Amino acid sequence: MDFELTREQRMIRDMVRDFAETEVAPIADEVDRNDRFPKETFEKMGSLGLLGLPISEKYGGAGADTISYALAVEEIGKACGGTGLSYAASVSLGAGPLANFGTEKQKETFLVPIAKGDTLGSFGLTEPNAGSDAGGTKTTAVLKGDRYVINGEKCWITNASYAQAVTITAVNGQKKNGKNIISAFIVPTDSPGFKITSPYEKMGVRGSNTTELVLNDVEVPKENILGDPDKGFGQFLHTLDGGRISIGALAVGIAEAAYQKALAYANERKQFGENIGKFQAIQFKLADMAMEIDLARTSVHKAAWLKDQNRPFKKEAAYAKLFSSEMATRVCNQALQIHGGYGYMREFGIERMLRDTKLMEIGEGTSEIQRMVIAREIGCF
Amino acid sequence: MNIYVVMKRTFDTEEKVEINDGIIDEEGAEFVINPYDEYAIEEAIVLKEAHGGEITVVTVGNEDAEKELRTALAMGADQAVLLDTEDLDGEIDHYTISEMLSAFFQDKEYDIILGGNVAVDDGAGQVAPRLAEKLEINQLTTITKLDIDGESAYIERDVEGDVEIVEANLPLLVTCQQGLNEPRYPSLPGIMKAKKKPLETLDLDDLDLDEDDLEAKTRTVDRFLPPEKDAGKRLEGEPHEQVQELMSLLKNEAKVI
Ligand SMILES: Cc1cc2nc3c(=O)[nH]c(=O)nc-3n(C[C@H](O)[C@H](O)[C@H](O)COP(=O)(O)OP(=O)(O)OC[C@H]3O[C@@H](n4cnc5c(N)ncnc54)[C@H](O)[C@@H]3O)c2cc1C
Repeated sequence: MDFELTREQRMIRDMVRDFAETEVAPIADEVDRNDRFPKETFEKMGSLGLLGLPISEKYGGAGADTISYALAVEEIGKACGGTGLSYAASVSLGAGPLANFGTEKQKETFLVPIAKGDTLGSFGLTEPNAGSDAGGTKTTAVLKGDRYVINGEKCWITNASYAQAVTITAVNGQKKNGKNIISAFIVPTDSPGFKITSPYEKMGVRGSNTTELVLNDVEVPKENILGDPDKGFGQFLHTLDGGRISIGALAVGIAEAAYQKALAYANERKQFGENIGKFQAIQFKLADMAMEIDLARTSVHKAAWLKDQNRPFKKEAAYAKLFSSEMATRVCNQALQIHGGYGYMREFGIERMLRDTKLMEIGEGTSEIQRMVIAREIGCF
Repeated sequence: MNIYVVMKRTFDTEEKVEINDGIIDEEGAEFVINPYDEYAIEEAIVLKEAHGGEITVVTVGNEDAEKELRTALAMGADQAVLLDTEDLDGEIDHYTISEMLSAFFQDKEYDIILGGNVAVDDGAGQVAPRLAEKLEINQLTTITKLDIDGESAYIERDVEGDVEIVEANLPLLVTCQQGLNEPRYPSLPGIMKAKKKPLETLDLDDLDLDEDDLEAKTRTVDRFLPPEKDAGKRLEGEPHEQVQELMSLLKNEAKVI
């Protein structure tokens, strides 16, 4: 048993922390206020190699491990939740399936530019009528000659406006038992009939690009199908497991930022002639926050470690995502409470963290879905 | 071009520093490359990009400094050398460190040696100038601009806020001041490559040194944090009343006039 980070992991964490403090944190408020995707930040992240962090060197990445990736996401999230979400979505959801299931040619064409930071990764699963129940996907892909023709609609897809291609799930047949076969297709965003808009007014993660996709007779070459056409959607669940680790890490980062602000504030805000941090009621809140953040981080690192060891990590990834995201909402809420009326004001940045972190309980599988995953894993049938 | 950087690992003075019985609590401290040395590393990389050559980063310390050496390698240095102080039992001061460095440089060929202006922990700015003296080479401190053309260097120095322009010949030692450049972040591929770059550890035997030759010339008697600042005093009233009160406070309380 060894809880020590390696020297490399520490170097990566320190570098990303430094980067996030100087380049990401100072614009977090402006990005949130203006609902603006900070393209310039992603260009800088690309040139530092951050967008290819866990991707193998063969495909233009840095070949770092999942723990390093979790550390990086945490640091970015600490500075700005929205930036953190787009980062995690590009690496885990965008690059992940291409790295795991892509053919050599698909990797060359679509993974390398993501790893190098020339474009962002994006994964389109959710539809207006198919969220938690991905099996309810309505988008269809029909093979005509040597091309698939795709029709359908996707909602709340992260990064698509800044992506060269989106990996999209669609029904492309029926199994013998009548159930739909769902496959994933790599769809270049400049394909005719592919419309990408960003019509949403979000509560939080407003720096993240969230899009609606409409596909109207969009044609892609047959070889753009990702993974084994017969295996269907099941093969991609592995990708979601990996993504959950990063959402856990992101939640830890946001919580850490809120906690640090609350601790500093408690030690300087005076009421009744004393720092409010002297009051046991406030101390106990802070003690709970510190403890919960540490436990959440440990759960994230454990899941990441299992993944790095090529061991099963589905249950631990769900633990990490579920506990960290719910923890972060509690922590941000209490951090706001410690700030009193100031916390309710935009200027103090805490209300943004609370708005940002709420998404972590919803995206990449809601808390309820995480509990279902865990229940299945521990043997409830 | 043979480029050397002398670098120090220090605790991060922007983080909380705790002192117990005159000794800095290393457990709680965060360690970094001395920020002025980061300018030196960056400038070395800029020189290499312009003139080609090789960058060697040297530090005096223990194995903990390997992380900072690797960070320098990740930024773009080619190799690193740790002059290990493990065999030294007594106190280590600027004399000890500069003796070890000059022993290392005895048989080296160098065009330029770069260091930081001062280290942020003790702020002495002694090691690099001592090293230049020992090596009997030109030295220029607190530089804010550096251009090298053939054997000569065009340099701007920060002299108490003014600029002094100097030309000097190589080989040369310079210490780097804020304003010289903007140190780059180590890139991720850089970090991953750094572990494969050579990092050599030399002990006293390797340097042909004896512990007795290195005995510190100074002794640290105590270390303490600056006293906590009391809350300030706000003067109230009309400007002329405030002036009156300020006068009386300066006279009677602070007793400075
Ligand atoms: C900002 C943002 C970014 C996003 N980015 C992406 C992206 O990049 N790609 C992508 O594909 N999707 C993305 N999503 C979509 C996200 O993954 C879905 O919102 C999420 O999976 C939940 O689906 P839903 O919103 O349709 O909720 P629903 O599935 O309709 O769920 C509504 C509620 O019912 C609960 N529920 C559902 N089924 C059950 C059940 N069986 N038992 C108990 N409770 C249940 C849910 O937990 C939830 O509380 C994003 C969403 C947002 C808001």
